[in-house]
Parts: sequence; C-alpha cells; structure tokens
Amino acid sequence: MALLLKGGRVVDPAVGLDAVCDVVIRDGRIVEIGQDLTIPKGITVECAEKVIVPGLVDIHTHLREPGYEYKEDVVSGTRAAAHGGFTAVCAMPNSNPVCDEGSAVRFLVERAAERGRVRVYPIGALTVGLKGEAMAEIGDMLAEGAVAFSDDGRGVQNAGMMRLVMDYAKQFDTTVVSHCEDEALVGKGMVNEGAVSTRLGMAGWPAAAEEIAIARDIRLAELTGCRLHLAHVSCAGSVELVRAAKARGLAVTAEVTPHHLFLDEDAVTAEYDTNFKMNPPLRAAEDCQALMAGLLDGTIDCIATDHAPHAAHEKALEFELAPFGSTGLETALPLVITHLVSRNKADWSDVVRWMSQGPRAALQLPEVRLEPGALADITIIDPEARVDVTPAFFESKSANSAFLRATLLGKATEVLVEGQFALRNGKVVD
Amino acid sequence: MLTARHIIDMSDLTVDDIMLILDTAESFKEVNERRIKKLPTLRGRTVVNLFLEPSTRTRTSFEIAAKRLSADGLNFSASTSATVKGESLVDTAETLSAMACDLVIVRHKMAGSPRILARHMDAHIINGGDGMHQHPTQALLDLFTMREKLGRLEGLTVGIVGDILHSRVAGSLVPALRMVGAKPIIIAPPTLLPARPDILGAEVSTSFDEVLPELDVAYMLRVQMERAEGMPFPSVREYSRLFGMNEERLARMKPDAIVMHPGPMNRGVEISSAVADGARSLVLNQVNAGVAVRMAAMYLLLGGDASGASS
Amino acid sequence: MDGEAISRAVTRIAHEILEANKGAKNLAFVGIVTRGAVLAETLARQVGEIEGAEVPVGTLDISFYRDDLATRLSPEVHRTDIPFDVEGRDLILVDDVLFTGRTIRSAMDAIMDYGRPCSIQLAVLVDRGHRELPIRADYVGKNVPSSSKERVKVYFESVDGHDSVEILERVEGGEQ
Repeated sequence: MALLLKGGRVVDPAVGLDAVCDVVIRDGRIVEIGQDLTIPKGITVECAEKVIVPGLVDIHTHLREPGYEYKEDVVSGTRAAAHGGFTAVCAMPNSNPVCDEGSAVRFLVERAAERGRVRVYPIGALTVGLKGEAMAEIGDMLAEGAVAFSDDGRGVQNAGMMRLVMDYAKQFDTTVVSHCEDEALVGKGMVNEGAVSTRLGMAGWPAAAEEIAIARDIRLAELTGCRLHLAHVSCAGSVELVRAAKARGLAVTAEVTPHHLFLDEDAVTAEYDTNFKMNPPLRAAEDCQALMAGLLDGTIDCIATDHAPHAAHEKALEFELAPFGSTGLETALPLVITHLVSRNKADWSDVVRWMSQGPRAALQLPEVRLEPGALADITIIDPEARVDVTPAFFESKSANSAFLRATLLGKATEVLVEGQFALRNGKVVD
Repeated sequence: MLTARHIIDMSDLTVDDIMLILDTAESFKEVNERRIKKLPTLRGRTVVNLFLEPSTRTRTSFEIAAKRLSADGLNFSASTSATVKGESLVDTAETLSAMACDLVIVRHKMAGSPRILARHMDAHIINGGDGMHQHPTQALLDLFTMREKLGRLEGLTVGIVGDILHSRVAGSLVPALRMVGAKPIIIAPPTLLPARPDILGAEVSTSFDEVLPELDVAYMLRVQMERAEGMPFPSVREYSRLFGMNEERLARMKPDAIVMHPGPMNRGVEISSAVADGARSLVLNQVNAGVAVRMAAMYLLLGGDASGASS
Repeated sequence: MDGEAISRAVTRIAHEILEANKGAKNLAFVGIVTRGAVLAETLARQVGEIEGAEVPVGTLDISFYRDDLATRLSPEVHRTDIPFDVEGRDLILVDDVLFTGRTIRSAMDAIMDYGRPCSIQLAVLVDRGHRELPIRADYVGKNVPSSSKERVKVYFESVDGHDSVEILERVEGGEQ
C-alpha cells in the first residue's frame, strides 16, 4: 500500500535537503520526493507544520531482556523507542544471562523480529559474563547479527585485556564501545566528586576516573588500529581527549546522553532523589558546557540515551543502594527540541546529524537517507507538541526518569519502519 | 515553636531555632539535676528510636530524654529490625506510620535516609546521624557546651580536627558554628578532607600546630583506622604525632581554651588519655548536655502539635 | 487596685500567713513566674522582716506541666530555681491572679516532683472567680468578680514599670 506524507518540512543534510515537500512511499521504500505529489490510492498523512527526518536511532539502550523483564523487555522497550521517535535501537549486553555468545544474539534478533516495534541491533559483550577476564566469541556474535561490542556497565578494567580484545576485534572492522570508568579510582563513589559529594556527605566519583580510562582506550585504539566509540562521555577533560584524538586522525567517536547535557550535579538536592543517580554521575556546570561545545563542534558525534529502566521499588531505596540510571528513550527528542532547537542553539540538520546520521556512522549501521530508493525508516516530528513528563506518559515499564515533572516542547508523532507505522498520531501501533 | 517540622539537616533550622533550642535546654538541664528527673510534658506521645546503625551513646541519650519527658519510647536496632529480613526502609516507614508514631529518631548508615522517612510518614523526624552527611543534635549539644563553658558563641574560633571527610558530626557542626557567628577551621591531612571544603564554609588547614594558638576550642574527631579504600595515613603513630591532641599541644593553646570530642574516643590516637580525663576536656559535659538538648528538641518539635500530623 | 492598695493587701496577707502558720519557722515561698515570683519575693521579705528571720524563696516555671501542651507551647520558658529542700516544708505557693485553677494544679504537680512538702498553701493577689477545677486560695488580696470576656492584669513596678491591677476588654483569641 502506498503512503503519502504531505506538506512536511523534509530535512536530510546527507542529501542536502531542507524544504517543505511531499514524500511517497511504496513497498517499504521511498519512491519519490517532490512538490504536489499524489498517489492513486493509499494513506495520506498530513504533515503541515511538522518536520520529517531520517529515522532516529538510539545506539545505547538497555532492553533488559532476557533476565530483567520486570524492568523492561523487548516489547515495552521498543514501544518506548517508537514513542520517543526512534526507528531503531542498539541493545546493550548486560542482560541476564549476559549477551556474550552467538545464541544469545540470535535470541534477541528473533525476539525483536517477532515482537519488536522498531529495529533492534544487539551489541555483544567484549568479555564473557562482562567479567573482564576472558574474550567473548566476537566472531560468532557478529555472524548472528551483533553490530558492535561493549562491556557497558563496568568497562574493562585491565589494560592488557582491553588491548587483547581490541586487537582481536580489529580483524572484523567492528567497533568497540567503551564504558570508561576506573573502578579503583571510583571506589564507592555515588555522585560527582566535588560540591555535591561534599554537600550530601556521600563518596565522590572524580572526573579523573573517566578521563584516565578514556585516555587509555584512545591510546589502545591507536596501538591496535581498532575502531573505538566512547559511551556516555560526561567530563570536560574527556571532551578534550576526544578532540585531540580526532585531530590526530584516529577512528574514535563519542556519544553524550541528554541527562549529561541538560542536568548538572546541582540537580541532586538534599532530597536525595535517586532518579538523579546515574553512571557516570551528573557533573559540574563547566562539564555540561564543555559537552555542549563538543557536540556543536563535532567532537561528540551523537546523542545516545543510555536508557536504563529500573523498577520503582529499586529506585525507592536509599541513595547508596539504589541502582544507577535513568530512562531516556521517550524524553531524548523532546529535550533536544526544547533546549536546543526551540532556543535556536541548533537546527533540524543538527538533530539529524546527532540522532540519525552520527550514531549510524559511529557503529557502521546501515545508512538511512531521505531519497528515492532508500528504505523508509522515517521519523515525523511535531515541534509544537507539549510533553508533560509524568509516569503516565511512559510506554516503558519503568518511570525512573531524571526529567519527571518537566514540561517539554516537541515530540515525534509518527515513526515508520520500512514503511510500516510503529507510531501514529503519537500512539504506538501494536 | 520551631520553624522546622523535622531536624534532619542543619539547614532545616534558622538561627532563631538554634537559640530557642539552646535556651530551652537550659531549663531541661535543671530538671536533669533534681531528684525526680521526670516531666509530664510528652505524656502519651510515642517516640521511636530507629537505630539501623549501631550506637550506644546517642541512642541512650535519646532514650533517656524521651523517658524523662514521659513519652512512650520504642527501640528498633539494626539486629532486631525487619531490615535484617530485607524489609526496605520505605516499608519500615509505612509500618511505623500505620502505628501512629509521633516522632522518629533515625540513625542509618546511608545519607539521605531521614528524607525517605519524612516522605513516607506523618511523624516528625530527628536525624540521629545519616551516613557521612549530618548529625544535627550533636552539633546543638556541642554549641550548648561551648556556650555554657565559654559564655558566648559569637567570635569563637573552633578547630575541628580529624576525619572530616567521613564525619557527619563535622557536616553539622561547621554550618552550625557559622550560623551562630563562630569561626570553624577544619584541620586534617588532605586524604581526610572533603572534595570542596569551601562549600562547607570553613577555613582549611593541614597543620594542627600552626592553627593551635588561635583556637578557643579544639574539637577532636574520632579517626577510623581501618577503611575499605585503604588507610588514609601511613600509621596511627604518624597521625597522632601530627594531628593528635596531647598535653604538649594543650599547653600551647590559649589558657582558657577547651577540648571537646563527640565520642567514642580512640585514646592515644586523636586524643591522649591525660587530656581526655583532664580539667579542660568537656567530653562528659557534652554527654550531659546531650540529654537536655535532645529533650529540648523533642519538646519543641512535638509541643503545640496535637496530632503530630502536618496541618 | 492602685499601688497603695496593693501594698496594703500584701502586708495584710503577710500577717495572715504568719498567724495561720504560727510563725515562720517552717515556711518557704514559691512564686510562679513571672509576676507570682515578684509577689513571692515581696511576701517573703515582709514576713522575714516581721519575724526577724530569713524565709527561703524559689521561682517556678510550670511550662512543662501545663495540661494544654498538646495544642500550644508556652511562648517563653523560664528557669525554675528552688534553692531549698521542699521536703517537710509549709510551702506558700504564690501567683498574681487565680482564675481557672489549672496553673495552680500544674504548679502542685511540679512541686511534688521536687519532694514532699508538709503542706501547700495558696496566696494570690487577685481571685477573679471562674474556677474549672476544685482549687481555692488560702490568702486573697482582693476578690475581683469578672466576666470571662474580660482580662484581669496585674502590673508590678519591677516588671512593668508601675503597680496596679486592671480589668481589660479581652482581645479576640487571647488567653488568660
């Protein structure tokens, strides 16, 4: 069946497009883009005042399946992704059991194909069980459909081990996604080491613990020639290191989360709200500024949510006991629109670069473009839609968002995955 | 009456609140010195001591305070409470709430726990020490002791010496001293200082000897010798040599300067036995003040508020 | 009452106390702060002068013994100071105005927590009636019938700058 997207502002910097025009889709592909298009029969979607972009992807999501289905699973996670405007997500391997072998990857691929609302690209573990002791079967996982590898949640502590996996992974031209955290320096750290740790009387997590690990991994990437992508960068020093690495021509990319961009350590007040407890922690205002500058000058390639759902009873624990993380799939786009686009700090081409092009390029995912012949993975955005972030707003099973009670502007109203609606009129299509 | 509903953080109290508590404590001190140490003031009110971290002196101090005010006291300690069976703090709070308690005094290993209770209960909450964060009634009784002995608080120079980083006592005492116009100085090796001492608002020194002559009060903190992350100083001997209070240092202080310690003391580490037991040590005065100050805090929180519920 | 009338009444009460107790041998005065304490000092001094002996005086703050603590706190708490042993004494409890009797009940409870006096007698400058408890004064300066809408205020030189007893219109929401 044919689909006509009528009168939207179509933006794709990859093909030099930013204009109000119509898009015709047939059999899952874009057939034509132009003015005053018609279709003999099919569905017409009115897109006046809306923005049409290549499908967004979140390359850092925790779907929690298998093992933690009470927090989230493939169904609820991909519904949340669709609700947030994403046509695809990459699933991190810290499920239970860990996704560290081909059969685990296959399970996820099949599960997603059967029940997922958007595309799911599994990220496999670097080491068995994420223990940092023995390499996982990277080749086998790749064969089953893994797109990149990571020990996200902990990071590989031993430099020798990291060197080994990077050396090995290099042969497949795949990407190692590194969670940079030196555990010996972090100790029992709960919040940023600085004003907030002093104020709240909790163990601090120095910026150096991230910066040292980043410096190490950049050097190892240079040594081994392996592609490196740095997860959830949070410190000014980290941004500088990435800038220097790119200046030397290394294949290093980096991502930043919306919560690190738009919140700093002052958000953690004497209320000890655990929705502000994340790994890495919220940093100082200067770090936020450096992250923003890094995003604007291209040092940071993309925005990724690190969507980390947790059950209410887990987050209701004492701050030091509560698990780390905030959900993010459903608030990422509204936050970017509210804080950046609507304040003229960024335009829609930037949004495409940060949330569609950039992440795909970082992990070498299939490109998505708005041109005839391309697969119709498309996100349609209403920039004026009001978003009240309440527990009822979430499609996710979990409501542990650092942005609860915020009122945001702008959200996706339609999501097309290969020409099929995953989201329509703001509602997930089941 | 106090402006605060809870005493969790020193920032819950205004300067007027602090002075009201100290002044009221004077009257309670008198009660503690007469033969029948009992007042009918909190008769029929229920006070719960929720001590999920071991404590003897603070818990007994609160217990005696409640008993002398004729309140009905209940004790929950770490080993006997359901938390051993894995009951969450929220569930404990809601259970206590369902039993209509008027006041809960809570001590907990983790910062922020009193806030969790306050969110889930109607009762008033007094923080008896939450992790490394605050211990407000300790600061109040320390202020009371200083004022009683030195006749004033404004303009006093108070050196707080020791493990500031992990000390909830310091977390409350520093802001309390600033609020009443005194000058706190924190003195510790860099390994025992918080990341941003400027946030606390105290001057910082890593040399006890340098600062000694200007102090009106030397407030010694207990130093924990074993730490999971590694000992923060090479040996007890070295710590004691550089930061310990002993007779030789005492002699170099102002003649009227006093020595205080929140207890329990590590004799021979942060304070020598001779000084601890000497005339210029106010450790026992602090304990004595503790009961009166805690009686005052309970009286002021619970009085004038019949149901204990927020209006 | 003006200053002179107060003075005469106080002198009369001092004599009545001595007569009823056959001297000052076992006597002690306890005044309820603030103005009861002032009156107690005056009475103790006068009794002492008449008898040629010093009679002990104490002050008592009944804030912690009030029966209405559940709903209100005292605006100010003063020190209680009873510098003698209450045990076996003939205690003269002194207050400026006797009204509902609740303050006196609280005062008796407080005194009992200090020991066991031989007797407690009550001396007041003004009895304005409207008792809510079975309490009576042994020595009264003046009976001043009043309506519950009025306030009866005693002023003393040392506290208020002048000596007088006045009846005032009750202020809305005020208390005795």
